[in-house]
Amino acid sequence: MLRFALRRLALLVPVLFGLSVLLFVWIRVLPGDPARSLLGERATPAGIKQIRELYGFDKPLLEQYWAYLGQLVRLDFGSSIRDGRPVTETFFEQFPATVELALFAILFAVVLGIPLGYAAARRRGEAVDGVVITGSLLGVVVPVFFLAILLKLVFAIQLDWFPTSSRQDPRIDATHITNFYVLDGLLTREFDASWDALVHLVLPAVALGTIPLAIIVRITRASVSEVLNEDYVRTADAKGLHPPVVRRRHVLRNAMLPVLTTIGLQVGLLLSGAVLTETVFSFNGIGSYLFDAISQRDYPVLQGYILFIALIYSLVNLAVDLGYGLFDPRVRVS
Amino acid sequence: MSIAAPTEPSGAGQPTPVADVAGESLLRGAWRRLRRSPLAIAGAAIVLVFVVVALAAPLLAPYEPASTQWAGLVTPQSVPGPATDHLLGLDSFGSDMLTQLIYGARQSLIVGVVSTVLGLSVGATLGLAAGGFGGKVDTIVMRLVDVLLSIPSLLLAVSVAAVIGQSQLSVMIAIGVAQVPVFARLLRGSMMLQSKSDYVLAADALGIRRRRIVMGHVLPNSMGPTIVQATLALATAIIEVAALSFLGLGDGDPAVAEWGRMLVAAQERFGNDPRLAVYPGVCIAITALGFTLFGEALREALDPRQRR
Repeated sequence: MLRFALRRLALLVPVLFGLSVLLFVWIRVLPGDPARSLLGERATPAGIKQIRELYGFDKPLLEQYWAYLGQLVRLDFGSSIRDGRPVTETFFEQFPATVELALFAILFAVVLGIPLGYAAARRRGEAVDGVVITGSLLGVVVPVFFLAILLKLVFAIQLDWFPTSSRQDPRIDATHITNFYVLDGLLTREFDASWDALVHLVLPAVALGTIPLAIIVRITRASVSEVLNEDYVRTADAKGLHPPVVRRRHVLRNAMLPVLTTIGLQVGLLLSGAVLTETVFSFNGIGSYLFDAISQRDYPVLQGYILFIALIYSLVNLAVDLGYGLFDPRVRVS
Repeated sequence: MSIAAPTEPSGAGQPTPVADVAGESLLRGAWRRLRRSPLAIAGAAIVLVFVVVALAAPLLAPYEPASTQWAGLVTPQSVPGPATDHLLGLDSFGSDMLTQLIYGARQSLIVGVVSTVLGLSVGATLGLAAGGFGGKVDTIVMRLVDVLLSIPSLLLAVSVAAVIGQSQLSVMIAIGVAQVPVFARLLRGSMMLQSKSDYVLAADALGIRRRRIVMGHVLPNSMGPTIVQATLALATAIIEVAALSFLGLGDGDPAVAEWGRMLVAAQERFGNDPRLAVYPGVCIAITALGFTLFGEALREALDPRQRR
């Protein structure tokens, strides 16, 4: 197991190296002079030269890459062109918001998706199955931001059940320790702040969680149907084992492996979906900041955030692989 | 000498060659199953309507595309709704909504097909190289694919679009590039699976040249999942075009009708005129649904385990 873990971890090194080269080349081939875009219309030749020297754009490429690699190792991605704040600082400040959103989105998807998929598999071919399958198909094809806009229109603007934007009512003077607002409220015993943050999370989490929900439903359905046909389930049933025990111990436990992997794979979807969802709901996470960086061509932010996201994505996938090995001994033998 | 060392053991999905002595060919069986599947028929119907509308746009659309001759009727507060001369009303730019939706289908088809063909051809070439040569080539290609896969697909498309600027071509390239790693990994994976099968072993034992085994046996039998993925990728591409537009990285040309941009433009008026966003949004969803349904049905039909 340890060897398996170490080998998987070692595979991450070339990926990260490749990614750093890719992003380095990427920032160099970007159209237009970064210095010029930084200064905008006020660009003077002297100003451009100064910026170029400041950022090291005037040095040879290899030297630039070494400097860049050195910065990467220190997690130094430079500063935002827009507000001058270090990329690493803003990332870690906003990251809890996105994690909170993603956790609630995946919670929504799992809590609803596994029972629905299970029910559909048990009643395969019946009306329940048809409704669940149709619903899950619709969930995949609706563009995330369109769904977010729809939810906002119906439940926030017209029905006024939920707030339209932000993470917390600014009138609530909450103390923030971890920047996970729901958790902060619980830690400081400001329960109304926790509740308010939770209410703000509902619509964005539903919008972001819909595609993962649809996918989890379908994987659960497929996986449970397959396990239900296994000989060991029939044996367990035949020897008169209590049906709930068969379902819990034999069906669910075995059927959950693919579902677990799928949940892990949703992280990429959640992180890119967050860019769209957070923007619609003006939710202050890495997604909406990245959106602003895209629209204003804030390259240091774009580069740093994409690298961070790729790193997190790879680490989560690694964790999923390891978890899989832990649950299913057959996987380790590869 | 084997084609390439199989890396991952897999119990499920034993490969079955196309030409099966015992019964009908996989393709014929797949075709039979497709015709009987209501989901496949529904998906194919949607796809067909979409393609016909896209191709016949100049014949079907009541007006010229992106004509803003009614822009004067659009006020900051409201956009004229459905009327006899504009069946679905105007859009937020003052063009005829129906015309824009019809030409939008054309745009989606072009961008979807070109980007998918791009992603497929580059991805499949990489996958073929990795699966066919094995060894060092495989390692290098797959590490590259790992790097590309470590960036979530939409963000990869965003990165590419940010480099090459705003145009129809850049949107197609961006979405195509984001699909490359998926196709590469998929084709390589199914080629690996095929390489382990008995008929490859038999061909190898007969002394048939490796190149012929790969191109003549392994590749044709590995194409199924790739074809399915291409159908599903069309759905993704159509959604991603809209997402890129939403992020301000879409085709900036206002003379081109594009569903994603219509959706984005409608956003400010959404409270008063949800119609403006709902029409293009529903068009995107239905088209994506058509390709998804068809792709899923195709996947089931091509699955050798389905053969009875």
